[in-house]
Amino acid sequence: MLTISSIAADALAYGMVLFVISIGLSVTMGLMKVVNLAHGAFAMIGGYIASYMVQQMGMPFGIGLLIAVAGTILIAIPLERLLYRRIYGASDLTQVLMTIGITFAIIGLANFIFGPTLKTIPLPSQLQGPVNLGFRSIAAHKIFAAAVGVVVAGALWFLIERTPFGVRLRASVDDAPMAGALGVKTSWVYAVSFAIAIGLAALGGVVGAQLLPVEPYYALRYMVTFLVVVSVGGAGSIPGALLAALLLGAVNTAGRYYVPEYGEFFFYAAVIAIVSIFPNGLLGRAK
Amino acid sequence: MTTIFEVLNLSKRFGGLVVTNDVSLTLNKGDRVALIGPNGAGKTTFVNLVTGHLKPGAGTVRMDGVDVTADTPTKRVRAGLVRTFQVTRLFSEMMPEEHVALALLQREGRSGQMLTNYHFMPEIMSETYDILGVLGLRDVAKLPVSEIAYGQQRLLEIALAMALRPKVLLLDEPAAGVPHADTVLIEKALAQLPPDLAVLMIEHDMDFVFRFAQRVIVLAAGAIIFDGSPEAVANDPHVREAYLGSYADARSVA
Amino acid sequence: MTDTALSTTPVQPVATPTQRPFMRDLFAVGVIVVIAVAGFFLLPTNLALLTHIVAVMLLVLSLDLVTGYAGVATLGHAALYGAGAYAAGIAATKFGIVDPIAMLGIGAVGGALVGLLSSAVILRGHGLSQLVLSIAVVQLVREAANKASGWTGGSDGLSGIAPTPLLGLFRFDLYGRTAFIMAVVLLILVFIALRIIVRSPFGMLCRGIKEDKVRVRAMGAPVYTTLVKLYVISGAVAGLGGALAAVTTKVVGLDSVSFEMSAEAMVMLVLGGTGQLFGAMLGTLVFIWFEDMVSTINPFHWLTIIGALLVIVVLFAPKGFMGAGNALIKALQRRSGGAK
Repeated sequence: MLTISSIAADALAYGMVLFVISIGLSVTMGLMKVVNLAHGAFAMIGGYIASYMVQQMGMPFGIGLLIAVAGTILIAIPLERLLYRRIYGASDLTQVLMTIGITFAIIGLANFIFGPTLKTIPLPSQLQGPVNLGFRSIAAHKIFAAAVGVVVAGALWFLIERTPFGVRLRASVDDAPMAGALGVKTSWVYAVSFAIAIGLAALGGVVGAQLLPVEPYYALRYMVTFLVVVSVGGAGSIPGALLAALLLGAVNTAGRYYVPEYGEFFFYAAVIAIVSIFPNGLLGRAK
Repeated sequence: MTTIFEVLNLSKRFGGLVVTNDVSLTLNKGDRVALIGPNGAGKTTFVNLVTGHLKPGAGTVRMDGVDVTADTPTKRVRAGLVRTFQVTRLFSEMMPEEHVALALLQREGRSGQMLTNYHFMPEIMSETYDILGVLGLRDVAKLPVSEIAYGQQRLLEIALAMALRPKVLLLDEPAAGVPHADTVLIEKALAQLPPDLAVLMIEHDMDFVFRFAQRVIVLAAGAIIFDGSPEAVANDPHVREAYLGSYADARSVA
Repeated sequence: MTDTALSTTPVQPVATPTQRPFMRDLFAVGVIVVIAVAGFFLLPTNLALLTHIVAVMLLVLSLDLVTGYAGVATLGHAALYGAGAYAAGIAATKFGIVDPIAMLGIGAVGGALVGLLSSAVILRGHGLSQLVLSIAVVQLVREAANKASGWTGGSDGLSGIAPTPLLGLFRFDLYGRTAFIMAVVLLILVFIALRIIVRSPFGMLCRGIKEDKVRVRAMGAPVYTTLVKLYVISGAVAGLGGALAAVTTKVVGLDSVSFEMSAEAMVMLVLGGTGQLFGAMLGTLVFIWFEDMVSTINPFHWLTIIGALLVIVVLFAPKGFMGAGNALIKALQRRSGGAK
């Protein structure tokens, strides 16, 4: 019988992985107002690159992680310039369709290049096995995932609230034409933010590979989950995304353990309830 | 002299900012009133409040004696309170003919019918083209609105308002964005409005105002500072101060 | 009294579809009949696929109503289709109602009911929240269908649906001839009904809602109740599609009420062209046809092609194949028409 603390540990790890991946989507949606359904696909790409680097090329985990993040960003940059830039400000339906199209294409290519099987990312010895916390033992990679989440949250907060870039970012979110009139290069802010968002997705894809296994349909399978986290938390809100990710991680994990028959049902019922009462998300800003 | 529209002590604030400050006014049947004021005075906010698009903090709105303060915008339209928009709001892919027909169908309570077609309703078709004719839109009646001139779009807004047979009409800058040469057509259209209709027009074009209005109300910083004849408005000290600030009396110093 | 000094717009309006409604309708029905007849005689062993295409066409038509005409973007419309399929299937297997037309009717009612309930949830949101609500609705319905296995057969689905001969005369034969003809007749009837509805005052109101809700309210017309009515009609059409699938394939599975099916329906609609009814049918035909051809080779290539096609359509042909076709026709007309 699994105890509350191990379920809590699972929920925390899962929630943190969701957060790290979804926060990028929250930024994209809050800033560029783009419903990017392909966001999960970039997390998947990160996972694939890391898996290839560590398994096929024999690189250490840390290096593989860095290459995965950098590689995914490199792939995303031309996509932003050629495709995403054309749909800023377009209707929701247009953005949904374009990004679904990108997702489909990425899934097809992933299968073409890597094949349909599941890919694992071998963890370094420090992250394998359980860690004895005194009262319980928890798998090291789960603690690692949680730690990464905390660091990301903190770093993002610092970036947005305390740096000049953050000021420009917030100005562009509030009123892009005005920010532009004041000399902020909004297209550059958008490009950098998009890169950061994608980089975070890739990071989450690698760190969460144990919980969200890497295979071609990953991009479609979790598309809805990331979207739900952002809309429940409120697009553009870091605390909102954190709250929503942890909440939904908890509901999902607890549901799976306690009421496995009805877990998904309650999950979606909860989503409907929350989004109906809080159409801008729990901590989102009213439009 | 029958009162058709009353606003009593209307107020609205956003946080610490008072945008509408205890505004009261009355319109009688057949009134031609202009609502003017410097930018940011709260004129469009006033229209949004009385039409129900914005909820007031306090105050009452009455249409023909009936309190409509709690009514939805749609209900107020059906009670006879119609507005036009400062920035044209039309259906860009539909034709003027369809716009006016739809307004007529709505007025007649037939807009929910699913199995009929307005082309087979001679009363609707003839009234549609009567209205379009009055506003000079017959020639463009079958073009998508996105393809007709902006001035004609403004006229279409007025056509829609007329089709709804309002008791009170609120015109939000009907000549805004229209080239000066074309404002004549809008004036002609306004001259054709039914004589017992009460009209309140927000405008900045003072020539237009003086040709149109028999009464002028001046709004500044959310409050009414003048309600009287067009002849008296230019010399009123409060009005001068609102528009010109402390320089209003500058001349007397020199 | 009229004054044309205002504009430089041409006085000669381009012929709009509303000017010759009947001819266009007749032509459209004629095209459907021709293609159906061609399919019947040229592909006698493939009628099951063609019937499946017609069932999905009904789903995509229903989606066109809410998305193409009224502007409600939803990724949960398969819930209405699946509701119709399960309603018909349950009626047959649990209540012994096996007359095919009765089953279709029950499917329509089931779809309309779920449409009504969906609209209560979906119409409360805008933009992203509306999309997420629509996804949540279809997933919820899917989970309900999965769990209520006493009624729905759970993940195994319903099978053994055995419809009695159509009108008491036409047996559902092994080649699927009766099924196909029934499907085509149903499609034509629905198509005609929808063409009428779309051109009615109600249809105009929906198109207005898509363009500018504020303007609709300023005309004194209701927005929310109109959309709910539309959802009920859309649900009936989708339900008919689901019931048709149940009657003709004799099985109902969970895939008929899935997010994937909703997304595919949206893709088909956009490829064909929104807001034109015919585009919905064209997109479905092309999509499923190609899918049948390509995915036997490699399902992933299919995904890549569709993905690329979507991106191209969004960027270069936002009105889909129909829009591109219309533009082509207009360009050819201008070329041969000569002077303006």
